[in-house]
Amino acid sequence: MTTYQNIFTQVQLRGEPEAGIALPPGSEARIGKGTFNYWMGLIGHAQIGPVYLGWTGVISLILGFLAIEIIGLNMMASVNWDPIQFVRMLPWLSLEPPGPEYGFSPFVPLAKGGWWILAGAFLTSSILLWWVRTYTRARALGMGSHVSWAFLSAIWLYLVLGFIRPMLMGSWAEAVPFGIFPHLDWTAAFSIRYGNLFYNPFHCFSIAFLYGSTLLFAMHGATILAVGRYGGEREIEQITDRGTASERAALFWRWTMGFNATMESIHRWAWWFAVLTTLTGGIGILLTGTVVDNWYLWAQQHGYATPYPSTGVVDPATLGSAGQ
Amino acid sequence: MKRIASLAVAAIVTLALGACQLSPKTATQNGYRGTGMDQIQLTKVAMAKDEVPAPPYDPPATDGQRAKEVYQNVQVLGDESADQFNYTMAAITQWVSPEQGCNYCHNPENMASDELYTKVVARRMLQMTRNINRNWKQHVAATGVTCWTCHRGNAIPANYWTMPAAGKSGIIGNRHGQNDPVPESAFSSLPNASLALYITGDPKVDQNIRVQTTGLHPGSGNKTSTMSTENSYAIMMHTSQALGVNCTFCHNSQSFQDWSISTPQRAKAWYGIRMVRETNGQYITPLATVFPAKRKGTEGDPFKVNCTTCHQGKNKPMGGAQMAKDYHALWGETTPAVMAAPAAPAAAPAGGAPAR
Repeated sequence: MTTYQNIFTQVQLRGEPEAGIALPPGSEARIGKGTFNYWMGLIGHAQIGPVYLGWTGVISLILGFLAIEIIGLNMMASVNWDPIQFVRMLPWLSLEPPGPEYGFSPFVPLAKGGWWILAGAFLTSSILLWWVRTYTRARALGMGSHVSWAFLSAIWLYLVLGFIRPMLMGSWAEAVPFGIFPHLDWTAAFSIRYGNLFYNPFHCFSIAFLYGSTLLFAMHGATILAVGRYGGEREIEQITDRGTASERAALFWRWTMGFNATMESIHRWAWWFAVLTTLTGGIGILLTGTVVDNWYLWAQQHGYATPYPSTGVVDPATLGSAGQ
Repeated sequence: MKRIASLAVAAIVTLALGACQLSPKTATQNGYRGTGMDQIQLTKVAMAKDEVPAPPYDPPATDGQRAKEVYQNVQVLGDESADQFNYTMAAITQWVSPEQGCNYCHNPENMASDELYTKVVARRMLQMTRNINRNWKQHVAATGVTCWTCHRGNAIPANYWTMPAAGKSGIIGNRHGQNDPVPESAFSSLPNASLALYITGDPKVDQNIRVQTTGLHPGSGNKTSTMSTENSYAIMMHTSQALGVNCTFCHNSQSFQDWSISTPQRAKAWYGIRMVRETNGQYITPLATVFPAKRKGTEGDPFKVNCTTCHQGKNKPMGGAQMAKDYHALWGETTPAVMAAPAAPAAAPAGGAPAR
């Protein structure tokens, strides 16, 4: 019974693939009958498919493909269509949003950021359609819509960064470029411009929920694996029918920290932490430059930036002439 | 199977760590505890001694006949003693044209002749050196600079920059002046030509490096976009790279803006930036008419200085070696220039003027 002590799942079932429950009237058919893959079985369920794309899935994939194409071809063009340079320089390459001179106008020459607007529009449409898909598929299966709302929280942060905040600031130049290093440079430049984002309390919340998410994930995953030998993986059944796995897991946490979540509430904890990471993060970004322009000064005003002893250095610009 | 796997893991870990710099480091704390203000260098880099050439011979007397009484057409060093003049010439040859010798600047038939462009440039560079040593003590202190500080035995200093070509149109081969790992932007994807926005020395071109708002809330005063902040970020990365230090050498990263928690080096750097502007604007750019095309960039401007030109990876050039003290001639009056631009220090920004 050391099955759950391993990194890889040791047990793989084979049989008739699970086809899923009957679809509601008016639905399209699921694609494929389902097949088994040994390697996927090591990290998850060995069964692949059937899938349900529907019109939202098909259009979402097409729009997503177009967005990636626009971004990739713009990057490729920037290195004169040289495939070797494209691979070599990929981390540096980007598709930049329009400059400050275009404000928030949707009509920007393609080479001056128009492609960025187009790629963003396609990507946003694709993501929103995929969101519709997560909602309708969950409903079709008679599930709750928790996944959709969690996804929407991530979409909120994405839209704040690339659309809502640039709109409020009246400038595409506030938006994030598509690119690996360039988007990191944007992040650093954003923090520099607005007086250190670490003093933005909503950034603090977001970080706390982000790190909290990883902590909860580690605690929960470890707990379930640790009681796997007593059937702890049957978490949902043990919500109502507590077995020895659930009892031992609960007792372990009460012993070590005096309190335990239940087999059900731990998932609520995890869901809220994950959702609040991007929800608070989006609020923090939205307030930056629109309501607060210098977070360090804001934090000083509100008594929460740690004061350090003065080094006695004064701004030379206030000392009169330079070069004497 | 398991043995092979563990051997493979051990090999990968070793290789991964090998890519890190395992050699001993030297760490120096340079700010209040707990602020992460410290500099970490490889010990062998920190201890490395730069080459500092000894004087060509013992410095001669500063009295005696003046150079202008002995030689013709001595426009800058005329008030030095003839012995000092010769001594300085010997040193300059060693610093700038050790292989080419005197004839790199002089016509051996007529040493007084200005027919070689290099002699006209050298004269201007002497004025520049004196201007730095006399008027920019806030940056170079009593250490001063010599020709060697930049040249290091090369006729053209190894580190210089020129104005970028005008932006391309269209998207083919157009990286919009960034996303290209070059030393000027510290191999990042930041804008490549930020130097041309901040340190040309042309007041109509040079922008304010400062991007942060001095108040809490957005007002009409500061319209700097996140996009243009990347230029400021890029020139700061240039400075960091040039000095071989990280941001916290000058700044407390709590607030890059706040001077009262910055280190004294930040003020030094502030004067350094203005020194570089004046050097480029008053001493180098006006030489555009003197330099031949091969000594100019694609836009027809001479090779200009930046932080790396002198610092070359050290927060004090050559580890702060006291070299200039042996050369009396490099500390003289900044005589009015005979050529295009005035040699006198540029009008300094008056108090209250926008601090660029």
